[in-house]
Amino acid sequence: MGRYILKRLWHTVYVTVGISIISFFFIHLSGDPVMLMLPPDATHAEVEKLRQELGFNDPLPLQYWRFASRAVKGDLGISLYHRVPALNLVLEMLPASLELAGAAMLIALLVSIPLGIISAVKRGSLWDVTSMLGALLGLSMPHFWLGIMLILVFSVKLGWLPTSGRGTLAHLIMPSLALGLSLMAMFARLTRSVILEVLCQDYVRTARAKGLVERLVIGKHALKNAMIPLVTVAGMQFGFLIGGTVIIETVFAWPGVGRLVVQAIFSRDYPLVQASVLVLSVLFVLINFLTDLIYLYLDPQISFLEAK
Amino acid sequence: MNGSIDRFRHLRASLRLWGETFQALSRSPGAVIGGVLFVAIIATSLSFPLFYPKDPLAQDLLMRLTPPFWQEGGSLAYPLGTDNLGRDILVRILYGSRISLLVGFCAVLFAGISGVVLGLISGYYGGRTDNIIMRLADVFMAYPFMLLTISIIAVLGNSIFNLILVLGLSDWVTYARTIRGGVLSIKKKEFVLASKSVGTPHRVILMRHIFPNVLSPILVLGTVRVANIIIWESGLSFLGMGVPPPMPTWGRMLAEGRVYIADAWWLVTLPGLAIMLTILSINLLGDGLRDAMDPRLRNILK
Repeated sequence: MGRYILKRLWHTVYVTVGISIISFFFIHLSGDPVMLMLPPDATHAEVEKLRQELGFNDPLPLQYWRFASRAVKGDLGISLYHRVPALNLVLEMLPASLELAGAAMLIALLVSIPLGIISAVKRGSLWDVTSMLGALLGLSMPHFWLGIMLILVFSVKLGWLPTSGRGTLAHLIMPSLALGLSLMAMFARLTRSVILEVLCQDYVRTARAKGLVERLVIGKHALKNAMIPLVTVAGMQFGFLIGGTVIIETVFAWPGVGRLVVQAIFSRDYPLVQASVLVLSVLFVLINFLTDLIYLYLDPQISFLEAK
Repeated sequence: MNGSIDRFRHLRASLRLWGETFQALSRSPGAVIGGVLFVAIIATSLSFPLFYPKDPLAQDLLMRLTPPFWQEGGSLAYPLGTDNLGRDILVRILYGSRISLLVGFCAVLFAGISGVVLGLISGYYGGRTDNIIMRLADVFMAYPFMLLTISIIAVLGNSIFNLILVLGLSDWVTYARTIRGGVLSIKKKEFVLASKSVGTPHRVILMRHIFPNVLSPILVLGTVRVANIIIWESGLSFLGMGVPPPMPTWGRMLAEGRVYIADAWWLVTLPGLAIMLTILSINLLGDGLRDAMDPRLRNILK
């Protein structure tokens, strides 16, 4: 078990380093920051002098090393537009994004798992057919369009919910629903197919044969085994959620990191883009690590298989 | 000698599997509906200038914000209404379909080819090459897809070529992993070992013996991915990072229409319906393909 955790930890470390390298090259490709720092009429000699001073003439690996050692200390540069440390800005906006992503994930899981289980148990019934059709429609809708449609119906036509901003629960309903619906659809389909598969297994037959009530067969035997693929997918989909917040936050003017990135891109504020991307990616990697730990609890076998 | 007979048997089996797949596909109502719809969408997208020859950029300022024809104030001259500049919505949606399908197919092709090549190399050669490619895949997997695409677009600038490049680049991993798994299971088979023992070059073994046998899951994956890429393309376009104006795209039509949401529901509704219909048709087809190609599932569902 210790070996398994160590292995996953090593995975987390090299992936984080890899991401920081990609981020570094991305900022490097984005052009010469010296040009943005100096007035447009600066002479060639002045540009050269600043480049030398800031170390932009050094070999790339050395520059990366400097960037990485600063990043580890929490220094991700100064936002060109806001003139404050980029990391502070990102961390300030992060809770709003986490709130949105968390709410979307919560809604998705709470609705989809029961939906999928009932569909699997009553396979072929009207309930099954309609909910799977609904799931297919949900999967086929771009979430930002769903967001716009929700605004059209609940804000413009009915006037029930606010179109933008953050604060009350009413503000959270539409963005999280728009973000969570396709996940809900995906989880419902997954739950259904996993439960269907599990229900064919021998241990379920055994559980039934020994006279266990159906509710316990499903709840205790089927569900726990079905959780493993669900947890995998839910963990992976957090990346999707993080990406999804970029668009949904723009649609609903939600004050999170996603909207910050988009604004930073349009104002060519590359240090801020880099900081946001780095923070969100590291967050995603950490969530994946947590997912790996949850596996351990769900399926102790994994640690033996992986350690081999 | 024996090896080639063995390989023949394998190919024949995989051909038979294809036949069965197609049969299973034609028996599934969802797949048939999806397939017909998708073919119809592609055909319309290619041929619409023949029967609806309008200019997507032509403005008719007197007719701006005209509703669709079935609503009061609508006009058959603009069946799906006009936007804030009096441009015809229908023809703009039709032109938008070309962008979406083009980007969708090309990006999947690009991602598929690079993923397949890397996956084949990784699975076949193993060892350090495999290790490097798979660690690279881990990093790409951990980089949230949307963030990767928008940060690259931010640097490279938005053009249709960059869009295809970026969406393709972000998506090679799934193909590589799927192919690698397939290669690992097949490279120990007798016909591969036999071919190797008579000195067939690695390249030939890979292309002629291994590749045809690991292709089918990639086709299912590719189908589903086209749908995903189209959704991402429309999202990027919505954010203003898609194909640059004045080319009409579904995402930008939604972004522009959003300003008029209170007065003109059709501007924000119809392009989204076009996306949904396209994605739905692909998803139906993809579901059908997956079920048809998975013999285990095929037996369970019988």
